[in-house]
Parts: sequence; structure tokens; C-alpha cells
Amino acid sequence: MHSAFAPASPQAHLVATLWWWMLGVGGAIWLAVIATMLYVTLARRGRRGPDDLQHVPDATRRRMERVVLGAGSLTVLVLAAFLVFDFSVGHALAQHPQRALTIDITGHQWWWEAEYEDPDPSKRLTTANEIHVPTGEPVQFKLRSADVIHSFWAPNLNGKKDLIPGYLSTLWFEADTAGVYRGQCAEFCGLQHAKMAFYVVAEPRAKFQAWLAAGAQSPPPPTDSTQLYGQRVFLSSGCAVCHTIGGTAAQAFVGPPLTHVMSRATIAAGALANTRANLMAWITNPQAIKPGARMPAVPLTGPQLAALVDYLGTLK
Amino acid sequence: MTSSQREPMLPAETTLSEEEVAREAAALDRVWAGRPGFWGWLTAVDHKSIGKRYLVTTFAMFLAGGILAAFMRTQLMRPENTVLGPDRYNQVFTVHGTTMMFLFAVPVMTAMGIYFVPLMVGARNIAFPRANAFGYWTYFVGVVFLYVSLIANTGPDTGWFAYVPLSGPQYSPGHRVDVWAQLVTFTEIAALIAAVNVIVTVFKLRSPGMSLNRLPLFVWAQLVVSFMIVFAMPAVAAGSTLMLGLDRTVNSHWFNPAEGGDALLWQHIFWFFGHPEVYIIFLPALGFITPIVETFARRKVFGYTALVMSNITTAFFAFGLWVHHMFATPIPELGQSLFTAASMVIAIPTGVQIFCWLATLWAGRAELRVPLLFVLGFIFTFVIGGISGVMLASVAFDKQAHDTFFVVAHLHYVLLGGGVMPLFGAFYFWFPKITGRMLDETLGKLHFWLFVIGVNVTFFPMHVLGLEGMPRRVYTYLESTGWGSLNLVATLGAYTIALSVIVFLVNAIRSWWGGEVAGANPWNSSGLEWATTSPPPPYNFVHVPVTTSRHPLWDTTVELPVLSGLRTDRREVLVTTTFDARPDYRHEDPAPSIWPLYLALCMGLTFIGGIFSPYLVVVGLALTLPGLFGLAWQSITNHRGPDHVDAPQALAETA
Amino acid sequence: MIGRYGRFMIALLLSSSAFALASCEREARRLNQQPPPGAPPTFVAQSPLQPGPTLVVDTAEGEFDDNAYNTSEGQTLFNQMNCSGCHANGGGNMGPALMDDEWLYGSEPNQIFASIAEGRPNGMPSWKNRLNDKQIWQLVAYVRSLSGLTPKGARPARQDHMMMTSPPNQTPKAKPRNSGLPGASQHP
Repeated sequence: MHSAFAPASPQAHLVATLWWWMLGVGGAIWLAVIATMLYVTLARRGRRGPDDLQHVPDATRRRMERVVLGAGSLTVLVLAAFLVFDFSVGHALAQHPQRALTIDITGHQWWWEAEYEDPDPSKRLTTANEIHVPTGEPVQFKLRSADVIHSFWAPNLNGKKDLIPGYLSTLWFEADTAGVYRGQCAEFCGLQHAKMAFYVVAEPRAKFQAWLAAGAQSPPPPTDSTQLYGQRVFLSSGCAVCHTIGGTAAQAFVGPPLTHVMSRATIAAGALANTRANLMAWITNPQAIKPGARMPAVPLTGPQLAALVDYLGTLK
Repeated sequence: MTSSQREPMLPAETTLSEEEVAREAAALDRVWAGRPGFWGWLTAVDHKSIGKRYLVTTFAMFLAGGILAAFMRTQLMRPENTVLGPDRYNQVFTVHGTTMMFLFAVPVMTAMGIYFVPLMVGARNIAFPRANAFGYWTYFVGVVFLYVSLIANTGPDTGWFAYVPLSGPQYSPGHRVDVWAQLVTFTEIAALIAAVNVIVTVFKLRSPGMSLNRLPLFVWAQLVVSFMIVFAMPAVAAGSTLMLGLDRTVNSHWFNPAEGGDALLWQHIFWFFGHPEVYIIFLPALGFITPIVETFARRKVFGYTALVMSNITTAFFAFGLWVHHMFATPIPELGQSLFTAASMVIAIPTGVQIFCWLATLWAGRAELRVPLLFVLGFIFTFVIGGISGVMLASVAFDKQAHDTFFVVAHLHYVLLGGGVMPLFGAFYFWFPKITGRMLDETLGKLHFWLFVIGVNVTFFPMHVLGLEGMPRRVYTYLESTGWGSLNLVATLGAYTIALSVIVFLVNAIRSWWGGEVAGANPWNSSGLEWATTSPPPPYNFVHVPVTTSRHPLWDTTVELPVLSGLRTDRREVLVTTTFDARPDYRHEDPAPSIWPLYLALCMGLTFIGGIFSPYLVVVGLALTLPGLFGLAWQSITNHRGPDHVDAPQALAETA
Repeated sequence: MIGRYGRFMIALLLSSSAFALASCEREARRLNQQPPPGAPPTFVAQSPLQPGPTLVVDTAEGEFDDNAYNTSEGQTLFNQMNCSGCHANGGGNMGPALMDDEWLYGSEPNQIFASIAEGRPNGMPSWKNRLNDKQIWQLVAYVRSLSGLTPKGARPARQDHMMMTSPPNQTPKAKPRNSGLPGASQHP
């Protein structure tokens, strides 16, 4: 689920083909060099004649020249072939689609913000760390950074692209196999670079459309009293100054939006599975799980925490 | 000084009696002796003392960087390990990279040049001995500075290429990155000094008759690399101190996009230095290989001209590759493809060199002593790194592999295979020259096998890890990623490397004191450095050797012709012409001096103090003035007798 | 040679250990550190003016005053919590300037802590339930660094955005004057 060896898009396929060819030819070259090396050193061992420090005979010399020249020319040819192959792959990858679903990715220390572009601003959907894409159509990513350099990389789908402050970079791919693909920040970005992962969920257009529609809705208001209490805890504690929950007064953009947090498989940018116990551990002491992360420990009593997690459980 | 006015050089045919030689040697001993005791140690200007010191310090840095690497591998041994937290891990990997690149790899290569280039060209000392000592002390201050900072929890923590804005003022509070920025600059000053020294030594102090086409390939490599240092190092010095340092301390805006700066600019500046840096490490290592192959194949190397041209071409192209470190940035595709082509082209000269060595071995009868084993280990390992390097030159593939463990694997294959293995071979080969004793062959073989196996077991799995998605510079990873088992293998390999280095250490220490005594030329090798005793006297040669071929000790059947006529009552070196190495004039070599150390400490104060207060820069610079006057005064008072003597006259004195 | 070398190394390392120890605290990053237990006492005097004899004002250092990392985290919070919305990077706009020498409610760390936690009349919100104590102490360190009240080595440098104010590491120390009047120095 997280490997350049298992391509799930034509783009990653092209690169993987290039890789296997390079590995094959490169491996053959390596074997040839090592075989030659072993032959020239081992095959003549022990047959050391008297020290003949004069030049080698002309015939041998000419043979050496031919061999070295031949090997050199072969190197040039192989490299030229590589170059042509690489340029053709690079050219294919560089053909940006004319129309495509566009997702704005913003890298933060240490999580990913994803905003689905739509001509109607009210339909723009913002989510975090889990990016749904339709299969069989090109998806374009506009990559920006909110702080330092990050690098967006889902190896099954395409190569990586850096998010550099002051620059807009773009990347696109077309997932051809439905599935969940893990990606991770690839450019060192500080204390929690190691735990800045994301998931790309590739699914058929209909399913994707349903997800998109559901995402635009606010979650239903809490019904039972614990959940209501949990919502109060959320809104009156530190949570609400950083996070957004659609349909409530919590509308801050410092941390990942939590409107549909329960629809995501993981929390804390892929660091933990999204379970009740993990949520509680994360809220109580995030620094034990991701030391240095921007999420502070939230001082809550036991009942407050339980109610809060109950409430979060309704945000599907 | 035009050579056309001169008669062709005619060595005067005289033979000196043994008493005469002994008398001259005694006189030279007196004149070239350093001062006694600790003071003498601080004031030494002999290139061999400085070179040896450099070698010991750089090797200590190799151990320090290795210990840090062992910590990292232990942390990554299993998922969610807790040996190092993210803060410590970031410091450890940054200091590991910084140590290995700036305090080990480049200085150890220049150290080999400082020790051996004068011996190989038949000179009595390096061209600028006091500058050379200054370079060492500068480097040494840098070593102490970095490690004191690390112990003080101020170790730099943004990687050895310190990308802005992470390393910039906003995201790296405190002085950690300042330490890095200043350290890089002033250790590069040490490299620049060594480079200028080597260039001038090669061009002006060669033994008479050693025209450029007779220059040993070791020396060619050092010469080419010295030119690379001269062009590459200023970029990083300017980038780190004048741009990054000023951004951080006095709030300039070089890298601040909001104020018209550019975060990508840093990457261009850094890699314009950083890529040539790789070849600055690699080319001298290739220079070690030729004499080793020649000696143990007992054949002169095949394709001298091709090897020299390969060196020069590699150096030239090395400056046109830097963007391949930046393929994932938003740089236009057309621009990137030019760098792809250049990155592939540079494989050709390296390939040609390997083919030439294989041809030499083919023509000869390989004698598998430890130095040659390391050369074979080099080919075995380095070719993998070279092939993965060609793969990384492809933009499309690089976007998958960039900044992952694949790159970690590649760079360690290249640096350990292409740099450290030849270096170990060179240690075994030249250790007798430096210490007068042989290294133990059995322990050497054990060291070799453990090292080659360790390197491959450590780094080969990393190729797979990288393509399975493991980014570099992660302090941990989740169990669900499935990277655990290969990481465990890599860690076991790292421990094997550690074991092999311990074997080497034991071997070196044991042999230094109790090894088999080596003669002047234990390997029956061909270079001029083997013409003098092991270890060489402070003046290197009783008489300046005269060179008549590329392999002086193999091609002279009776005895090496020498030139006499240099004064024995003062430190005198013979300066020859740049291309043909005709005797030009005699130059007085400076006496031991404390000023290089003093100046290096002032420089340290300027650079380190600059982190804390701009006033300390002024103080440091003011304090250098007495040092400069001291140096000049020493030159004036030491000056005895005329320097400039016509070459024919100098030759006439032989009689 | 080795022996001399070794002695030299040891002497050098010992002599530089003083420097080492001095900078330990400034660079420490105790990421999993819990909020300091010393939350300010419930009674914090906001003014040095007291009836009767002059009150001895508590001049203890702030919890994170001499720590570069926590000061920088305070700066991040200052941006994220939109403190600049009123205080404009410390230059002052709707809210009072923080980089000058005027302090309405005291410049001592526990006084600033109280001002952030409790809020102050005419617009300063109370952050007590929104930030934990550690975060407030981080903000205290940053706010004090803005007028040069914390050690220079721990003060932040410029940020990567446009700022009209001088960065804390270049701001001269402004000796606090507890005037009780906003902008008193401009209206003598």
C-alpha cells in the first residue's frame, strides 16, 4: 500500500517500467564488471612471472586498447539509450491534463491540508490527511507550503513534488486501481517529519461523488446529553481555537478540520489508527505520541474527556 | 623566466661519497629540526607533521561520525524505537552528515595531499608551510566547536544541507544552525588553504625533470581537486555565513520570499558547492588507486593520458550537475533534462578509469595484498553506487527515489565504496611510509572482509526501503509500514562496519608501535615518495631527486639521479618552472612559527563570536592584525642571503 | 605525539565545558514537558503603585525566558492565536504596543501571565480555558522578548513574512515603566 514497486497509476507505471529496465541493464553491467574484475585478478594468480616492469607487448597493448575503447563506447551507448528512455518517460509525465479535478494541498508542520477546488466557493471542501480521488481521471494537485519545505509523495501514484514557500508547484496523476495508498512527507521538515503521513483513497467516481457530497454537509447536531456535553467541552476548551467543526461556532484553521474526523482512518497525520482509545491518548498527551507537534495537551477531567470523545464519534 | 632562453637541463654527473652524504644529512637535520617539546608541537610547519595531525584528527572524526551513525541505526533498528527522541535524532543525523562531509571526507583527502604531494613531487616541504599549519588549526578549532556544541545540546539539527526556511531564523530558534553555518565556512577556509598549497606545490616545487606529463596520477588527482575546491568552496562559504548567517543574526532577507528573497536560492548555492564536493572526495580516492594497482599488478598503468583526461573531464562536468539534487522542486522540465544529460555523461570518465585499471590488472599478475583487496572492494561496491547514480540522474525515477533511503543507500555506496575503501587501501599502502612500520596483513584481511560485507549488508536493503516509501531523516517509523525487518538487517550491517573499524584501529595501534619494520620501499613501488627513508626526514630528501620518467624508481636501473646545490645551512627549497620543471631559483622555507595557531584562534573567535555579537567580529579581526605583523616580521628576520639564484648557477654548485 | 595531542585535547575540552554548560538550558527542547507547576499565584499585583510602603514586586524570571525553543513556540502561538490582530507584531494598534517600555498591567512574567490568562478590560480576551499553562508561559517569554526583557541569545530573529517591527533579537532592551497609561511616552 506504500511502495513504488506496486504502481496504481499510468504515471507510476511508466516510472516503474523505467526502473525495472534500468535495474536489469545496470545489474547486467555490474555483473559484467565484477566478472571481469575477478577474471583479471584471480585467473592469473600464482602465475606471477619474474618482474617484468617494461611495457607490455604491443599485441597485448593493442588488445587492451580495443577492449577499453569498446567498453567505453558501450558505456556511451547504454547511457544514450537511458537518456532517450528517460526523456520519453519525462515527456509523458510532463503532459498536464487540460481539465482535471484540482486539489489544493497545503503542507503544515506536521499535517496536510487538502481543499477541493470548485467554482462555487461554498462547495469547496477542506479536509486533512486523507485525500479522496476518483479513479480513471486525472487529478491535479496545487502544492503550497504554510511554513517550511515539505514534499508530497504517494509512491504508488507518482513521484514526489516539493512544497516550497513562495512557489506554487503542481503534480498530477490518474489512479487506475481503486485502493488506499499511503504517502508521507519526503523533505525533512523538523521535529515530526517522521510522522507526517497522508492517505490517498482512490475510488470509483460514484463513490467519490458521494464522499464529496457528504463532506459538504455539516454533521448532524449531537442528540444525547453526553454528546451535547462533549460539544460544550469542545467549544469551551482549547479545541475550538484551532479546529473547525462545520455547523458549529468552531471555525479556526490552525489545526486540521474535524468536521468529518470519524470518516478518516487515522488521526495525527497517520500516526495513530482512529480509535476511541487512541483519540483519548492523543487529546490527553499528544507530546508523548508526536513530541514537538503543535497539538497541546488539553487539561480535561475524565468525564469531560469521555464526553468529548463521544461527541467526536458523531462527526462521521 | 621563459624557458626558451635556457639551455636544456643537463644533470652534472658526479657521485657523492657516503661521508659527504652523511655530513649533508647531519647539516640538514640541524637546520630542518623543529623546536623541541610541546612548544615545538604547537609551532610545527613541516607538511608531514601537519599532514599526520590532519590524518589523526580526520580519522577521529570518522570514528565520531561513525558512533553517531551507530546511534541512528540503533534507533531505527525496530519500529517506534525510543533510543533517541526526534530532537536528539535530528542533531545526531545532522552532526553525522556534517562531520563526515566537512570534517572527515574532504579534510582526509586534502590531508593525504598535504602529506604525500611534496614527497611525490620530490619537494622538501609544501609551498606555504605556515599557511598549511594555519589551515590545520582552523580545521581543528572547527572540530572542537562542533562537538562542544553537540554536547551542549546546541548541535545543528536541520540536516547537512540545512535547507531554508527550516534552517532560517523563524523555524530554527537558538544558535544551533548558526553553529553549522559558521563551522562550514571556516572549515572550508581550511580546505581552500590546503588547495592553494597543493596547487602551488605541484606547479612550482616539482623535482627537476618532472614535467606535467610525468606527474604521478595521485598528484594529478590532487591538483584537479584543488582547483575544484578553489571554485566550489567560496559558494558555500558565501551562502552559509554571508546569507544564512546574516539572515539569522542580523535579520537580512536573502531567503525570505515575503520580502523578495527566495527559498530556492539556497539550494542552488548549496548544491553548486555540494555536488562538486562529492567529486572532491571521490577524485583523490581514485588517485590512490592507480599506484596501488600498478604496484600489485607490477605493471605500469594502462592509459595514463586517458586517466588524466578523465580526472579533468569529471571535474569540469561536476560543476554542471547540481540541479539533479533539486529535481523535485518546481524547476522547468527542460532545464532539468540538461542536468540529466550532464549527470549521465559524468559516468563515462569514471567508467573509463575503471576499465583502465582492469586492463592494467589484466596485463599484470595481481598480488592480492590488502591495499589491492580494498581496490577490488571499491570496484565491487562503487559500481553499484555508480549505477544507482545513473538511475537517479533520470528525472522521472528521481522523483520516486529522491529524499528516500534509496538516496541514502546510493550516497553511502558512493562515499564508502568510492571514498573510504580506496582510503583504507591507501592507509595500508602508505602506512609504512608514514610510520616506518607495516600494518598486519591478517588483521587487514579481516578488516577488509568485515568492512565490505558490512557496507553491503547495511546499505543494500536501503535501496528497497527507499522504493517502499521510507523517506530519509525520519527518527522513527510505524510498524504498519513493514519497514522493520530490512531496517534490522541494515542495523546489523552497521554493527559489522563498526566491528571492522575496531579491527582496523587495533591493527593500526599495534602496528604503529610493534609492526614489522618497513624499509624505504617495502612494496617495491615506483613513486618518488619511496625513494626516501620511512618515515621521511623533516627535509624529505637529502638531495633533491631528478625525475626522468613517470615511474622513477622502476625506470632507473642503478640509482636515482639527484641534484645537489641547495644550501644546507638554511631551510631551502628548489623552485622549478611550471610546465617543464626546470630549476628556477632557490627559496627559503620559513622556520617554525606560533602565529598560525594564534591566527586560527583569532579566526575562531571571529566566526564563533559572530554568532553571539557583531562586536566580537571586530575584536577577532583586530586581534588578527598582530598575528599578520608577526608572520611578516618573522619572514623579514629569517631572511638570510639571496633567494634568487640563476638555475645554471645552482646547477654549477653541484660540482 | 599522541600523548601530547591527547593532553591538549583534554585541556581544550575542559576549558570549553563552561561554555557548554552555559548554553545547555538556552537550547534545551523538552518536548514532552508538562506545564510548569508554578502557575502564578491567584493574587498578582497589576500595578507597582501601592498605598503605604512600596510593595516589593516579584522579579522572578519567567519559566521560559531563557529558552530559545519555547520563546519561538510562543511566537508561533502569537501568530496562530492572531495576537497580531490587535498588537500588530508587537508594534501595537488596537491593542497596546508590546515592544515599548510602557506596561499597563505590569511587565513581570507572572503579571503578563495573569494578563493573558485573565484578560484585561477594553478588549484583551481571557485565554485561560483556551491555552494550557505551558502555552501561556511560552507566550509570556515571547512577549517579554519583544521589548528585549529576556536574554538576547534566546530571543527570536526575524520571521518569514513582512513585518514593520524590528525583530526581538535586534530590539534594545526597553526598561519597563509601569505608567498605567497606553502610549504615555508619546503624550508627555
